[in-house]
Amino acid sequence: MLEITDLKVQAAGNEILHGLNLSVKAGEVHAIMGPNGSGKSTLARALSGHPEYQVTAGAVRYLGEDLLAMAPEDRARAGVFMAFQYPVEIAGVNNSYFLKAALNALRKHRGEPELDAMEFMTLVREKAKLLELDASMLNRPVNEGFSGGEKKRNEIFHMAVLEPKLAILDETDSGLDIDALKIVAHGVNALRSPDRAIIVVTHYQRLLNYIVPDFVHVLSDGRIVKSGGKELALELEDKGYGWLEGEPTGAKA
Amino acid sequence: MTTAQKTIEDLANREYKYGFFTDVEADTVAPGLDEDVIRLISAKKEEPEWLLEWRLKAYRAWLGMTEPTWHNVHYPPIDYQAISYYSAPKKKPVLNSLDEVDPEVRSTFAKLGIPLEEQKLLAGVAVDAVFDSVSVATTFRVKLASLGIIFCSFSEAVREHPDLVREYLGSVVPYSDNFFAALNAAVFSDGSFAYIPKGVRCPMELSTYFRINAMNTGQFERTLIVAAEGASVSYLEGCTAPMRDENQLHAAVVELVAMDDATIKYSTIQNWYPGDKDGKGGIYNFVTKRGKCQGRNSKITWTQVETGSAITWKYPSCLLIGDNSVGEFYSVATTNGRQQADTGTKMIHIGRNTKSTIVSKGISAGHGQNTYRGLVRVGKKAQGARNYSQCDSLLIGDKCGAHTFPYLDIKNTSAKVEHEASTSKIGEDQIFYCRQRGLSTEDAVNLIVSGFCKEVFRELPMEFAVEAQKLLSVSLEGSVG
Repeated sequence: MLEITDLKVQAAGNEILHGLNLSVKAGEVHAIMGPNGSGKSTLARALSGHPEYQVTAGAVRYLGEDLLAMAPEDRARAGVFMAFQYPVEIAGVNNSYFLKAALNALRKHRGEPELDAMEFMTLVREKAKLLELDASMLNRPVNEGFSGGEKKRNEIFHMAVLEPKLAILDETDSGLDIDALKIVAHGVNALRSPDRAIIVVTHYQRLLNYIVPDFVHVLSDGRIVKSGGKELALELEDKGYGWLEGEPTGAKA
Repeated sequence: MTTAQKTIEDLANREYKYGFFTDVEADTVAPGLDEDVIRLISAKKEEPEWLLEWRLKAYRAWLGMTEPTWHNVHYPPIDYQAISYYSAPKKKPVLNSLDEVDPEVRSTFAKLGIPLEEQKLLAGVAVDAVFDSVSVATTFRVKLASLGIIFCSFSEAVREHPDLVREYLGSVVPYSDNFFAALNAAVFSDGSFAYIPKGVRCPMELSTYFRINAMNTGQFERTLIVAAEGASVSYLEGCTAPMRDENQLHAAVVELVAMDDATIKYSTIQNWYPGDKDGKGGIYNFVTKRGKCQGRNSKITWTQVETGSAITWKYPSCLLIGDNSVGEFYSVATTNGRQQADTGTKMIHIGRNTKSTIVSKGISAGHGQNTYRGLVRVGKKAQGARNYSQCDSLLIGDKCGAHTFPYLDIKNTSAKVEHEASTSKIGEDQIFYCRQRGLSTEDAVNLIVSGFCKEVFRELPMEFAVEAQKLLSVSLEGSVG
């Protein structure tokens, strides 16, 4: 589904990813771990097309297409979703109204009829239950006045409604207490499916107790320095990231 | 170039695409202003002697006044002797059917949801014999008259209801009020008059009829609305359809009077020609709007959506005289290209327990300059007065400006006055967030802008709110590539 080859990315003139390789198949859950500043979030943002991150070399194929040539909204319409590390507030715009506009933009792209208000509300109520969202969060402005945990839960709620093919969760666990973490993980697990791939970017192993990955990759200084199964995360929990620094680069999943 | 920069460039370069095709064959006097011109205007309109005297007094007052310069707008000097002050337009359709109208204009009409017959009037197409403004007027008039409501052109009111006009004309905005109001009083062309008698709730929005009627009112409009005890009325002025006008200077006056327990809701959508991308040829809109809450428990609400004009200078205000009276001001003003707006309100608390609310939303894009200027005055006897003001500015790009000048003048210690202000920018991060969810940049901007304006839009009558929302998205259309 996703094939990243020798990806180099810079932000504000500094190269952050120095040639990253990663291959993700449908149905798989990959965890990207690494210390602060290793480039985890840069990878997530580059894949979603954030304008502040410039790809200077390498290639990304997504479902056979050149992902890097697509505008952010075209990536979204093709099924790429990113749960933001810092979800953005949009004052005055009702959360469910926003989501309806987004869903209908996706449906229109796929040549499906747009959902009307009734159909949409039925769908939304069902998905809201999954994330144990309070109904009031649907009618509040997008992320405005939401607590940190609510914002993260809202991101996964968006994911549940938009049903992407490739979901990238950028440090979704940061700022979550254990109860919220369980709810979010439960939501993500419910969305695991054979035709959907999920990339979980996280600093801590904790989230991976609840969202159990198929593969774990350790990112250090802009490269994947080690890849393995879910045990790797536990090993990291024990030893920290220090023991991996200086490992050979270019490991492939 | 980043998206936001591109948005700004495109917004700044956006041209006003829609024009008018009306050929005006008019009965016009030579440019210039003196007492003879005023006598001529009055005579042409067959006005009574007292009105002519009033106009002349206004003119003499105007001669002794100087054009204000305190505002935050800049324009070349206006030569008041180069303007023709009387023009009776005789509209002559130049097109035979809507098919001949520029498809782009038609599609704008369609997007704004303007009824077909109105489209014809607006575009200067000959209208069917079945439908003309006279017959529409008659239908409405019969319905309103059965309730005792008077709603007619100002000239007609002078002829048919001289006592009412004489009683209230200038009672809220005196002829000597300010430079532009004095000029208007001297030379006003026409406008609207509404009188809602005691205890009557006007059953319809006074809108469509006015919209058509307003086509002929010219550059110095005068509107007077009186709601008697317990009466209520909602009045809609303007039109989302773009208005181009030969006359660059517009100086209108609106006076509202609300008696005991009366309510007046006055809503405006203004979309006049803003000029080309250098600001040339746009309308100068210098308006004086004021409402007087004369009676106890009376209420006046001003709601405005200002998207057009090169210069907007207007401060719809409320004199809160009656005890427990309420004044409200809800405004969205957008400036784009080289547009300048200096707008706000004055809430003058005179009676006891009077309340006022001010919600002002300024949107600046391109090189637009947007100024909020508001005064809250609480008089000595205004025991228990309360005011809440909220002024928010939204900037699109970095070449525009937003300015806020709140003035407070509080003479009663029991008054409670709150003021909140914010300035925000449509950020790259907001736009990116929307795009990551599948929305185009253009849809993202529209969404963010409509969210910003929400508190004002919900004060508009339903159908007007829908039009206003469409207007904002139409005016932002094509702003991003």
